[in-house]
Amino acid sequence: MNTCTPDARHDHAPRARLTRRQALRRGFLGTTGLLLSDRLAHAAPPVPLKAKAKSVIQVFLWGGMSHTDTWDPKMDAGYDYTGQFKDEIATSVSGIKMGSLFPQLAKQADKYSIIRSMTHRNNGHETAAYLMQTGHLPGERLAYPCIGAIFALLKGYNAGYKGLIPPYVVLTQPQGRFSEAGFLGSRCKPFATGGDPNAGRFEVEGVIARGITDQRQQARRSLLSSLNTFGHSQPAHPELRTAREAEEKAYNLILGEGKEVFDLAKEDAKLRDRYGRHTFGQDCLAARRLVEAGVPYVTINYPGGWDTHSNHFATMNRQCPQLDQGLATLLQDLSERGLLDSTIVWCCGEFGRTPKVDWQPPWNGGRNHYGNVFSVLVAGGGFKGGQIVGASDTKGEEVKERPVYPIDLLGSIYHLAGIDARTRLPHPEGAEAYVLPAPTEKGYKAEGLLNEIM
Amino acid sequence: MSATVSVRGTLEMKRGWLPVLLGCMVIGGAAAQSPRATLYEEAKCASPETALDGIVFKSFAKAGVRPMYCTDAVFLRRAYLDVIGTLPTADEARAFLSDTSLNKRRALVERLLERDEFADYWAMKWSDLLRVKAEFPVNLWPNAAQAYHRWLRASIRDNKPYDRFARELLTSNGSNFRVGPVNFYRAIQDRSPEGIATAVALTFMGCRAENWPSNTLAGMSVFFSQVNYKPTREWKEEIVYWDPDKAAAGATQVGELPDRTRITLTPGRDPREVFADWLITPKNQWFTANIVNRIWSWLLGRGIIHEPDDIRSDNPASNPALLLFLRREFARSGCDTKHLFRLILTSRTYQLSSFVAPEKIKLAAPLFAFYPLRQLDAEVLIDAINAITGTSDLYTSAIPEPFTFIPANKPAIALPDGSITSPFLELFGRPARATGLENERVNKPSASQRMHLLNSSHIQRKFETGPNMKRLLDPARKPKETIEELYLSILSRFPTPDEIAAVESYMKSGVAKRNEVGIDLAWALINSDEFLFRH
Repeated sequence: MNTCTPDARHDHAPRARLTRRQALRRGFLGTTGLLLSDRLAHAAPPVPLKAKAKSVIQVFLWGGMSHTDTWDPKMDAGYDYTGQFKDEIATSVSGIKMGSLFPQLAKQADKYSIIRSMTHRNNGHETAAYLMQTGHLPGERLAYPCIGAIFALLKGYNAGYKGLIPPYVVLTQPQGRFSEAGFLGSRCKPFATGGDPNAGRFEVEGVIARGITDQRQQARRSLLSSLNTFGHSQPAHPELRTAREAEEKAYNLILGEGKEVFDLAKEDAKLRDRYGRHTFGQDCLAARRLVEAGVPYVTINYPGGWDTHSNHFATMNRQCPQLDQGLATLLQDLSERGLLDSTIVWCCGEFGRTPKVDWQPPWNGGRNHYGNVFSVLVAGGGFKGGQIVGASDTKGEEVKERPVYPIDLLGSIYHLAGIDARTRLPHPEGAEAYVLPAPTEKGYKAEGLLNEIM
Repeated sequence: MSATVSVRGTLEMKRGWLPVLLGCMVIGGAAAQSPRATLYEEAKCASPETALDGIVFKSFAKAGVRPMYCTDAVFLRRAYLDVIGTLPTADEARAFLSDTSLNKRRALVERLLERDEFADYWAMKWSDLLRVKAEFPVNLWPNAAQAYHRWLRASIRDNKPYDRFARELLTSNGSNFRVGPVNFYRAIQDRSPEGIATAVALTFMGCRAENWPSNTLAGMSVFFSQVNYKPTREWKEEIVYWDPDKAAAGATQVGELPDRTRITLTPGRDPREVFADWLITPKNQWFTANIVNRIWSWLLGRGIIHEPDDIRSDNPASNPALLLFLRREFARSGCDTKHLFRLILTSRTYQLSSFVAPEKIKLAAPLFAFYPLRQLDAEVLIDAINAITGTSDLYTSAIPEPFTFIPANKPAIALPDGSITSPFLELFGRPARATGLENERVNKPSASQRMHLLNSSHIQRKFETGPNMKRLLDPARKPKETIEELYLSILSRFPTPDEIAAVESYMKSGVAKRNEVGIDLAWALINSDEFLFRH
């Protein structure tokens, strides 16, 4: 026996034993499973998932936007609940009303549906954001990848994605934990553009550098090549070959056509006005161009927070009109270009906010974290428009009907994109990990996919 | 002891002059004859010197490989990056390269082991493994993360014997804000006895308990069944303590150590102490194999048992005698980790060249017949770029809390908390500190990383406005001096005549303005493989 293996007495090949046990267990299930699937096979042959959606644009309202001031208004709840937002407005779909801060979105109501019964009952920013972006409960051993990273893998690298732009792009700043690749590793991390699309020149970090002409860029590249003495000394070394390939790809974007996707000056000025001459509006326009270029997943991290413990009403008055303008124009523009059918747009925060206003100091009219019930906007890519899913109670405090849990929402998006939510993910130690947990797993709740709007 | 070994080494050299030369060519490939290789490889084959070398080199002969040594310049850079995670300055490089004393490599190792950055860099390494992070997913909270890191760094700075280090982590009681090591128990997401036992097995035994039979884990978890946590009136403060009341009333509890010894817990004694008494002794192979194998892998890029935190009977050591030797040395030294560092860093084995023919990698890697290429750690990379240019980065935490302000000149390797970060660190593979596994840190080059280094305003601005760049590119200096200074600052070596000629022809081409040539040269060197990889 090897001197290196600590302690002889433990040398009973635990792994082999485990394998045997696993094999037994699998064998057991395997037989019944086989019989079952045999029978099912005759009844209804498994249909491979057909993707309706090619791309996803996620507008993430980090901090958590109030649901009752926006897409689930509760006008009869009284001043302690509504505060200064006492009006709701009709939309282009009869019977659907929303908060008065969204006049543009109201006109596009046929293009999206609103889920008013989203729930996970988690009130911590990181944990709730993790739940909403991975579907997995925080606190398990594995750090799961978020939905964008899974698209990068399953609709990008594993699906023969050949685009010059990385398959998962974040406009413009990453949100740390909330857009991470988890155990999938750096390849699936988002490409965060940096820069400001509303600036004179959208300086996408790493793609468009200030003050360096293409000619100097080319000259620099050959200077680098002539000075890469170490690299040239062992060109076939696998580590260095990987580095060379990464560099090649990088230059395809820096010097190739890829960067033109980020050149918003190529758009009609009137259209840019319609999106709104503010960062969020131009984020939306950039997202549309990325989708046109075939990028599978684009996240817009709303430029500004929604964590309105204090100064709530002023923040809403400032930010909602921009959200309204950008999002409404995005939906309209995608629709006019025939892209909405193949592009999912979804928009929400990690939770809603307390329906009852907190008038006490230091909040002085603020709203706090609220995961019991909140709203999500979904559109396109196979989601029907003009519908309301579920409902909250009279004051917007609890789910009244049809709860929608994170795995229902994410599962529906995966389904429309042709991703089987029970696909096994590659884990560096071979741990068993799936896109989404099975709804029957301990600690999880599910009410089913959003079939009513799919 | 060393006399016999070196005699044997010399004999070996003499015995087979021709095969030796051929052997060199086998491992290094055709590059051994290339003029470029003279920059990176000494023109003679390596031979064993220390007892450690004797064990390692034995396997070379069997496999028919004879590696070469790295040059002084390569060694200098390698030792700085491996030992203190910091680049040598131009002055340090010049001094070392011009030093003619025979034992200068050994003397350099001694100096590095005493540097402040040694404590910074290895506290960072341990913080990865112990998950020192204020927020998601372990939620230590900022002041607890700081207390934990402070304890770690002081332990490393003072070279606390490793057995004491481990015992403090395993058996401390007290406030997370005041007693740093109690955070070991708080940085575990699953705080059930099984969850704690799993983390203990991973950290101190290098074992993945998920692969154990469930009764082994259950037996060990009994020793952690009386750990308890309670809040205080201070926000986010938590006391970790031994709580005898958690013992199941009336029932005697029987724990089983991983070596199958069954132990009945006695009331009045913290069962963690019982477990620590078993684990933490130089005689326990679980204990010593884990730490010596980890330290080996940190310096040589690969465990003797690989991966270093996946020790199990069906994952044997590639060189059992080497592991045994290191374990004995470690025990003999009184669990002195610096002794182990010194033993490895001053060996001939550590001084081998990184050149290897691709088809030989599979054979030669587990023999440690070449030094493996590894991209710099995210923190080390940005610190190096900042040191060269004289600039700094902004590090912030997602949630504003007290104690998260980071002064501008703090290097990234000294950041006390995984939640305090920057987009650069995230992009270049800083681990999430979620699992405590070694391979959570991934230093693989990606296209996004390359774009950032080649073309981001973040890096470009450093070249254009960094005060050190202004000093380096002083127009009063002769172009050749500037080139030399840039090479010493960035690659820790002098330029070759070919390289100087290439820069001069770039200058003459007129593509870049006069003041831009130096910037473009610095840019090119920072983007070269020689800079980006430990080699």
